[in-house]
Amino acid sequence: MQPFLAVPDRQSGFAAAVMQVAGPLPDGLTAWHGQPPEARFSVYRNNVQAGLARALASRFPAGERIVGPDFFAAMARTYVELHPPRSPVLLGYGDDFPDFVAAFEPAASVPYLADVLRIEVARSRAYHAADLPPLDPAELADIPPEAVGALRFRLHPTVHLVRSPHPVVTIWTMNAEGGEPGPIDDWLGEDALVVRPHLAVAVHRLPSGGAAFIAALGDGATLAEAAEAGAVASDHFDLAANLTGALSSGVFSRIAEGRFP
Amino acid sequence: MKPSNLPAGAGVGFKPQHFGAITAEPQPLAFFEVHAENYMGAGGLPHAQLARLRQDYALSIHGVGLSIGADQVLDGAHLARLKALCDRYQPESFSEHLAWSSHGDVFLNDLLPLPYTEATLARVIEHVDRVQTTLGRAMLLENPATYLLFAESTIPETEFLADVVRRTGCGLLLDVNNVFVAATNHHRSAEDYLAAFPLDRVGEIHLAGHEADTDEIGAPLLIDAHSTPVPDPVWALYASVIARIGPVASLVEWDNDVPDWPVLRREAEAAGRVLAASAKRVAA
Repeated sequence: MQPFLAVPDRQSGFAAAVMQVAGPLPDGLTAWHGQPPEARFSVYRNNVQAGLARALASRFPAGERIVGPDFFAAMARTYVELHPPRSPVLLGYGDDFPDFVAAFEPAASVPYLADVLRIEVARSRAYHAADLPPLDPAELADIPPEAVGALRFRLHPTVHLVRSPHPVVTIWTMNAEGGEPGPIDDWLGEDALVVRPHLAVAVHRLPSGGAAFIAALGDGATLAEAAEAGAVASDHFDLAANLTGALSSGVFSRIAEGRFP
Repeated sequence: MKPSNLPAGAGVGFKPQHFGAITAEPQPLAFFEVHAENYMGAGGLPHAQLARLRQDYALSIHGVGLSIGADQVLDGAHLARLKALCDRYQPESFSEHLAWSSHGDVFLNDLLPLPYTEATLARVIEHVDRVQTTLGRAMLLENPATYLLFAESTIPETEFLADVVRRTGCGLLLDVNNVFVAATNHHRSAEDYLAAFPLDRVGEIHLAGHEADTDEIGAPLLIDAHSTPVPDPVWALYASVIARIGPVASLVEWDNDVPDWPVLRREAEAAGRVLAASAKRVAA
């Protein structure tokens, strides 16, 4: 008779086996009737594997709706096996799920899926981010026009940009709660702005050049420099419309510099 | 240290979808319980809701990820997060499980069973001590729902828990559904288990539903699913415990297939009636 397993081996063996779909049970597991507890161990396997896949489904509801629950669950279980969570806080589990899906061969026929998932990552990150009041647009009112170009802004901590060659905001909206999937006539790229100035997370479709504009401001550019970045990104970049939109959606937390020229 | 300051009334596990209904009118409930790990983001709606509930009700913070039964050092970062959460909300109770859920840095997201031996007992005592020292408060340790047994176990679960209590001063969270599930799964008597349980150290009771399955030889296999109303045998065990120890904070857990608020509230009210009847007997 073999000696009883030391505890470290016990939990290593249990942990390895419980992450496998099938395969032999660790030694030393029993049931009251003395038969091998295959079905009993399967309860733990299912709790771990299906439980983590369900955690992903609840973080990516639009993605699940696009590919269907069965496909999503199979894809999620593959991800879970390759990328198990490394923290007991699951709020951030799946941050790199979009990258995994982008390279997941069976999902290649849905090329926009990864970008929809990126919006969902951005939404949940914004949902849990630190609270901070957005910049009050009135703060800009008394700045002399000649000083405006030198302003720098601090982005609100909940801001995320998702740039896509697909109409990703339209697709996400159609597949989000309350949305209705339908045909898309003009298949044009869209950039998403995700932001939560107060308690509700918003997803906005950015105007042309808007993502480059906000990204430049986030990198510390002045308003004039960011406007140039927007114009380089798009011939149709409209500074006034983009600045107004950014202010009204709560993209900035404060003026970082240049307030008093 | 008193292991729990929860009022001896009925409570429920808080679900965000119930927030509107809960705050629309005063609820006949003594407390709410939340899973600690769902409130470890920096801000946003979860904290706004919890702060609002905290104003009106007692609070139990229930951890599901600390892995107290793991044969490795407790995750210091996670313990720090728990301390920050307890410091922020000052809950009447903090509880965790006699189980493990992390191995290395991989989080397995389930309450996994451990063998009961002198070695695992020493480890759990060390971990409970560290939790209580770090948090600066006593904790409640919950008895697990288990599906299988370990050949190397030498200590009955009730004795294991009693030793942890004696050595650490912690209290116990008695999950009556877990008692019923584990007793059924291991072909034992739930009543015998309760007779051996250190009931004088119970600071909270959990009530929940389970799902029934069988294993490959047809033996009953109950799953701790938290997806149904509390079934009659669990209510009966609960009543027997309350008859013996008097009123104690009692929580209805319903985590999957969560019903509308009135259904969950009725479950809690049923627990409240058992507590009220017991309080009358105690007073008489």
